[in-house]
Amino acid sequence: MTAVVEPDTTAIARFVERRRRRFLIVASGLAAICVITFVLALANGAVAIPPGKTLHILIGAIVDHAALAGDRDALVLLDLRLPRVLLGLEVGAALAASGALMQGLFRNPLADPGLIGVSSGAALAAAATIVLGDRLLAGAGEAVPFALLPIGAFCGGLITTLLIYAIATRAGRTSMATMLLAGVALSAFAGAATSLLAFLSDDRQLRDLTFWSLGSLNGASWNKTAIVAAIVTPLLLAAPLLGRALNALALGEAEAFHLGIRVQRIKAATILLVALAVGASVAAAGVVGFVGVVAPHIVRLATGPDHRRLLPLAMMLGGALLVAADAFARVLAAPAELPLGVLTATIGSPFFLWLLLRRNRSVWS
Amino acid sequence: MSTQRSALRCLRALLTAVALIATRAHGAETDRIVAVGGAITEIFYALERQDRLVAIDTTSLYPPQALKEKANVGYFRALSAEGVLSTRPSLVLALQGAGPPPAIQSLIDAGVRVATIPDSPSAQGVVAKIEAVGRAADANDAAARLAADVRARFDELAALRSRITTKRRALFVLSLQNGRPLVGGRGTAADAIITLAGGENVAADIEGYKPMTLEAVAATAPETIVMMGTDAPPPDVFSLPGFSGVPAAQTRSLFIRDGLYLIGFGPRAPQAARELMAAFYPDAPVLSSPLDGDR
Repeated sequence: MTAVVEPDTTAIARFVERRRRRFLIVASGLAAICVITFVLALANGAVAIPPGKTLHILIGAIVDHAALAGDRDALVLLDLRLPRVLLGLEVGAALAASGALMQGLFRNPLADPGLIGVSSGAALAAAATIVLGDRLLAGAGEAVPFALLPIGAFCGGLITTLLIYAIATRAGRTSMATMLLAGVALSAFAGAATSLLAFLSDDRQLRDLTFWSLGSLNGASWNKTAIVAAIVTPLLLAAPLLGRALNALALGEAEAFHLGIRVQRIKAATILLVALAVGASVAAAGVVGFVGVVAPHIVRLATGPDHRRLLPLAMMLGGALLVAADAFARVLAAPAELPLGVLTATIGSPFFLWLLLRRNRSVWS
Repeated sequence: MSTQRSALRCLRALLTAVALIATRAHGAETDRIVAVGGAITEIFYALERQDRLVAIDTTSLYPPQALKEKANVGYFRALSAEGVLSTRPSLVLALQGAGPPPAIQSLIDAGVRVATIPDSPSAQGVVAKIEAVGRAADANDAAARLAADVRARFDELAALRSRITTKRRALFVLSLQNGRPLVGGRGTAADAIITLAGGENVAADIEGYKPMTLEAVAATAPETIVMMGTDAPPPDVFSLPGFSGVPAAQTRSLFIRDGLYLIGFGPRAPQAARELMAAFYPDAPVLSSPLDGDR
């Protein structure tokens, strides 16, 4: 009896050990990539600051902040570039984690955060702010117009998600299929309404709409970075805790239930977290495609489908990817800016295709 | 396929016939003009030939009574051929860029004369606009007088400009949604008005209206921010990152005017440029003296 069982356990143990070692290698590799990307993104921009000066300013910021007053390079580095790179990390990590969560929850490799209507709802609200804001705000205070768009986009995304969730929930049970279809329907409706607003807009508003929908981290400030961090951090901390539940859900809802997973709670928590995080990301950076869908897949190809490992690694990759794309967006056409969405797709998709071809196997295996 | 095409041809012929009959029925009305483009409407009113206009477009915001008195055919880039035809025009005067092209083609197919007025943001461009509208409105003499006046004002402006030794650095910000500047670069009407006012466009490295990196805003150090405005109170531009440290923030130098006035390049363009010049050089009394015969 023991003679038969023993070789099996060692095989499993060896497999587990291999996966663990692989995870450690990939994790340290990704951590290194994150650090390198962060440093390079901080060192480069429309304004050329020599590396020595960059270091000097960064140290000065901690040691003696007052001494840097009036220095243009210090202003660029500390007030514009640093919050922007941090915002990129937050948004990239949030989008990638949301993508991984949605793919796990819907058990569909094509799922992305937009599926639950956050993106289209936020886009509609943003379009409404851009096109109707001027008219509605004719008597409002000074600072309001700048904050209106992100607040509107965040609320729009959240409301749409709640609506879709309510539609799909009957007697305390949420049907994922209904949710997906409701998402498709409401996204189509929001798309049509956004198009109607585009039709009503003038040249300037149309330009705003176009560039907003292409995504950008321009306009980052410490305030914006702090607000996004406050909303996104719970997701980033909670996501890995959902890993075990999502692994069980991969077997099927009934199976997960019998394994002791409180399925309905997990669904509600996941959707709420994703809606909050994506809503905040879209509000700050506009619609940035690709990162949410593909970052989790790249990680899955490297380390396998275990969500406990997939989630933190996807966040790291998403953050690095977005920061890198944004660095290119800032530098390539300086002093103008390339749209961020264009770069995430042009950098990410060839890499993803190369990985797919090289591994030559199913993303889900 | 071919039946579909012939059916379309029949329909088009029928529409043309209906339109022709409609125009014939009012054969006497040779002067039913539709002005498409704010600057064109403005010139009609300046020439006091507004009685010839039957309709205008939504960009015709000056003089303010225009949109109250005349029918509105919609936004000049999104015209509907049927809507324009319903005003039974004998002539459509369209600013360059009016469209969409199929709508313009339908108007021509329906037998309406369509004249496109070139829109170049320059002194010569304004004069050419005035002369073209003068010919169409049958007001050549009035147009010649207005054109001469405008030309003289531009010449005066050029003389003032030649006295400027250090050009004021200016940035035109088309919009600032979510703290992201969309700026007017090379080849834009915004660039032209800054140059006419004796300033230097710090966004001249950019072509057209494009988003500008906040870092570049800080680095180009504009001394004046120029924006298009409405009746709303001016936005607090200088509280935004990237704008807070520029020289314009220290002097709170923000110039906001109505878009048609500022970059519409109608007959008021010299006045707009002169006002902008006064804002650029507040300490040079020669440059900031009010324009004679201010309108």
